[in-house]
Amino acid sequence: MKLMHCPLNGWRNVGEFVYGGEVTPTPAHDADPKAWADWVFMEDNTAGVVREWWFHSPSSYWFIAERDNVRDVVLRTYPPEEIFRERVDFSREGARNE
Amino acid sequence: MALGLLKQGLRRKYKPQPVLPPRPELKSSYDVVIIGAGGHGLATAYYLAKEHGITDIAVLDKGYLAGGNTARNTAIVRSNYLTPEGVRFYDESMKLWEGLSNEFDFNIQFSHRGHLTLAHADSTLRTMRWRAEVNKHMGVDSELIGPEDIRRLCPQLNLSEEARWPVLGALYHPPGSTARHDAVAWGYAHGAAKRGAEIHQHTEVTGFRTEGDRVTEVETNRGKIRCGRVLQAVAGASSQVGAMAGLRLPIHTVPLQACVSIPMMPFLDPIIVSGTLHTYIWQTGRGELVMGGSSDPVPGYMTRSTLDFKESLMAHVMELFPFLGEVRLNRQWGGMTDMTPDFSPVMGETPLTNYYIDAGWGTWGFKATPVCGYRMAETVAKGTAPDILKPFRYERFDTFDQVGERGAASVGH
Repeated sequence: MKLMHCPLNGWRNVGEFVYGGEVTPTPAHDADPKAWADWVFMEDNTAGVVREWWFHSPSSYWFIAERDNVRDVVLRTYPPEEIFRERVDFSREGARNE
Repeated sequence: MALGLLKQGLRRKYKPQPVLPPRPELKSSYDVVIIGAGGHGLATAYYLAKEHGITDIAVLDKGYLAGGNTARNTAIVRSNYLTPEGVRFYDESMKLWEGLSNEFDFNIQFSHRGHLTLAHADSTLRTMRWRAEVNKHMGVDSELIGPEDIRRLCPQLNLSEEARWPVLGALYHPPGSTARHDAVAWGYAHGAAKRGAEIHQHTEVTGFRTEGDRVTEVETNRGKIRCGRVLQAVAGASSQVGAMAGLRLPIHTVPLQACVSIPMMPFLDPIIVSGTLHTYIWQTGRGELVMGGSSDPVPGYMTRSTLDFKESLMAHVMELFPFLGEVRLNRQWGGMTDMTPDFSPVMGETPLTNYYIDAGWGTWGFKATPVCGYRMAETVAKGTAPDILKPFRYERFDTFDQVGERGAASVGH
């Protein structure tokens, strides 16, 4: 794996990218500490095709990649908007309204 | 002479003895099923039989004896960790290591080499002073030394102030050692098998049957086994085996590559480690240099070796030993490291009452082989983890009670 496709910038040297962890659903603001501990520390650690956050460092752009972590091949990269369509409201009011 | 040789060869006393019995048929039930015939699993079987009189044991492995990460580490043993919990644990391991060749009546080539962790920055010196004080407090031989003492211990090292990262000092750990990794596994396997444990290679676990909070049956590609207690000791596949038992683990698996050079005249006595340069290097009894560097930049289960790894490692090795520029590599490989958030293992009991775990062995598993075997055997035999393992319990992440070993666990994270 020498090149990676950035959804914003096209093909770039893989050294320009930084791995950012599994894509996992974030717990609700007021979820109990166990749920948050689970989200922070526990992992599926799948062997096979995984969906991950990646970062193109020169342009500060976060995106999502599907990667086969056994064969070491990136299958597809796409902007996060494909998955995250709604804005999360982090204000106190927003948290209360949920 | 030929006649004498023949005569000796025919004497009953010198009859060839198999080290391991041939793979037996799987029985329908065992008191203890150990998944993983690597160093940790075999050591647990050995101490279960020797210390606790439990011999109805099956050690299962999907591959061959000690063919996983027991074969892929760089065989360094030390106990100069950062947290008191870690130092206590790895020091007990060191004490067990020292007696193993005698105990097995088999040479595991354990030798105290001295271990130097180099500092190239003030911040590193500060952490090392901290580590040395914790070590000494716990009775472990460990000292911060300056360039003059380093020169005396390792005159081959490039201590020039003109280097890109000049060496400012080092954490010196005289008991730091190396051992023959295969021999350790063979010693434990032989000792366990001699006492009645069965070792089943090429026997892959495919699932578990549970009733309530107990595992009642282990399913394998050779049939089902009823089990009293189960231990998983499968570094590099911990999350997969754990998932079969319904456990989600604080582990991401990252490849760690290493390599050895062609054999050379002996010239390097101590083990040299540099966190800043992501390098560790030592010379084997055969004269090969064993070299390792930082983990791969992404998690995964790839056992290939990459050019990036070799380029960056060699550049750093040549900073430390410029005269190695012409030396060729002989072998290269990648191992699977189960990294945990606090760089400490996950050991002991699980939410399943008869299922025990020995996982999260990242880049620090080989040195812990004897103590893991000894203490996991105690855990499995008594049903509860002893105090020395409690800091590493599976539940510590729920209570935010981690054992932060990042500063001392390995290089290059």
